[in-house]
Amino acid sequence: MSLAVPRSAPDAPPPPLSDDARRVVADALERLAELPGALLPILHAIQDGLGHVPPAAVPLIAEALNLSRAEVHGVISFYHHFRTVAPGRHVLRLCRAEACQAMGARALEARLLERTGVDFHGTTADGALTIEPVYCLGNCACAPSLMLDDEVHGRVDADALDALLDEVRR
Amino acid sequence: MSVTVYVPGDSSALAVGAGRVARAIAAQAESRGLPVELVRNGSRGAYWLEPLVEVATPAGRIAYGPVREADVSSLFDAGFLDGGDHALALGATDDIPWFANQERLCFRRVGLIDPLDLDAYAAHGGWAGLDAALGMTGADIVKAVTDSGLRGRGGAAFPTGIKWNTVLGAQADRKYIVCNADEGDSGTFSDRMIFEGDPYLLVEGMAIAGIAVGATMGYVYLRSEYPHAFRLFREAIERATAAGILGADVRGSGRTFDLEVRLGAGAYICGEETSLLESLEGKRGQVRFKPPLPALKGLFGKPTVINNVISFASVPDILARGAAWYRDYGVGRSRGTLPIQLGGNLKRGGLVEKAFGVTLRELLYDWGGGSASGRPIRAVQVGGPLGAYLPESQFDTPLDYEAFAALSAMLGHGGIVAFDDSVDMLEQARFAMAFCAIESCGKCTPCRIGSTRGVEVVDRIRASLDREKNLALLRSLSDTMLNGSLCALGGLTPYPVLSALNHFPEDFAPRVAGASASEAARA
Repeated sequence: MSLAVPRSAPDAPPPPLSDDARRVVADALERLAELPGALLPILHAIQDGLGHVPPAAVPLIAEALNLSRAEVHGVISFYHHFRTVAPGRHVLRLCRAEACQAMGARALEARLLERTGVDFHGTTADGALTIEPVYCLGNCACAPSLMLDDEVHGRVDADALDALLDEVRR
Repeated sequence: MSVTVYVPGDSSALAVGAGRVARAIAAQAESRGLPVELVRNGSRGAYWLEPLVEVATPAGRIAYGPVREADVSSLFDAGFLDGGDHALALGATDDIPWFANQERLCFRRVGLIDPLDLDAYAAHGGWAGLDAALGMTGADIVKAVTDSGLRGRGGAAFPTGIKWNTVLGAQADRKYIVCNADEGDSGTFSDRMIFEGDPYLLVEGMAIAGIAVGATMGYVYLRSEYPHAFRLFREAIERATAAGILGADVRGSGRTFDLEVRLGAGAYICGEETSLLESLEGKRGQVRFKPPLPALKGLFGKPTVINNVISFASVPDILARGAAWYRDYGVGRSRGTLPIQLGGNLKRGGLVEKAFGVTLRELLYDWGGGSASGRPIRAVQVGGPLGAYLPESQFDTPLDYEAFAALSAMLGHGGIVAFDDSVDMLEQARFAMAFCAIESCGKCTPCRIGSTRGVEVVDRIRASLDREKNLALLRSLSDTMLNGSLCALGGLTPYPVLSALNHFPEDFAPRVAGASASEAARA
């Protein structure tokens, strides 16, 4: 009987950054690394540029900010906004909070997941749409609400949702 | 001469079509050869009337709403540029009772002007508070804020002046002003409306705080769910800096105050002040132990004033008009006004600013117009996802911090969310626990683990497994979270849970197969 502690296989190294991605990361670090508390602004700049924060960017960020990779990873995974895989061409955030619940958001959510065939954080097979939950868009007097890319839509009923889905998947 | 037409650029108005309406008005004016100057104002806050189009006439601003893109042509046909009559005509905006019966102090400019227009801000009384402050000692400014009775509008209702006084008295080479704009509570949008409707008001309030306590740098921590507000506010900072209002010589006084806006990243917990500071420092948004207070060891370990948007936005008028003027509004220990946000299932939702003392019933029915669905209002959640659910028997409660505390409820940031009688209160209790589980920072056990156990216990109650034992367990768990959590997230999550249980026990009773809770209760 072996006394060796069983060890899980080390994670495969993340896929390397493309040249474009490398430029976006380098530019963010160049512009922002000197800010006090620079990590969130840097992560935002990378995600705005690439749609996500690629795992291969973590060592570069850690190096530039004199942090450990674990610290950078810990921050990325703490915040719901940051994602580590590329989203679809569009991102739809459906509000699941109380004001929208009071106006039928639970039914809207069921319809959205059923029509797209994915769960939250999933991307449709055609790569058109990533679905994410959000807890309040500040549109509570015009509920239920969703945000498609950067644009908020209010008073969303089943028909309006269907129309938006048809539009982005065309 | 061109006619000025106002179409809001506020993100909620845009969410219901204001952008399309503005484009249609511009196109119609062009094709009809009528000179129109379009102003993209903030929203007046009557979201039930959005998109609300206003026309400047010699008799004042005339309102039309809610205007759809398809209505624009007929508005021109009706001569709306001269205030002509139309099915959507609402008369003079200021005379609409929904507005006329409010007491707008903080929000008096919101919806009136182009939010980025510095001249309009100054013409409507802007900078009077800052100019007054620049002629006063720090101690006198703090005294005015203390005497006004202003309490933190983010939810905790701590006296603002006392917080400022602690920072004023702290000795340090650097101090900071931080604005908590992580408006995460469902049912709240007043901070967003300030960013999108009157951003210089926040600039002015924060600059006054800096002058008062001797801080030269301010940060605004704005939630990432508000990208539109972020773009607007960044532009406002640039313009205010270019105009010499911010920077090394604030309005020619020789004093320095700089401002920067930072985006959050979708963590509800970052509305908790110490977690927000951690996040601003570039870390996970985990709650800090207190003491030390942020007023003594806050951002980057330096003395820090951290207040909500509405707290800062209330300050300029207090300086311009005096503490007594502000204190004259309100009741008991709740002085001044509260921007109340009516959301959820209401016919006339939006922003109502009133002095403390107005009752929930007045807000729900006189302003809110009852439910949007036409069914009876059954439950109202006040103060966001950590606020209690109030039943109809408590609708006569006045909006007053102490009156709400006496009901084991809270006013929080002033959000009111109405539910009609189709609501399942067991589901709402379950959601409160589930939300806490999703948003817990993980630092303390009652919140991190209690919330997950809470969801499981509610599920067992719904499934009628050991009902009485699990109901007792839910109360015991709530007690642990209330008393054992490090911050308000775990500490207040029991409010919606226990209020649902106490006021709507029928929804926790055994269910007829296939029936919803409220149907089962009536059966």
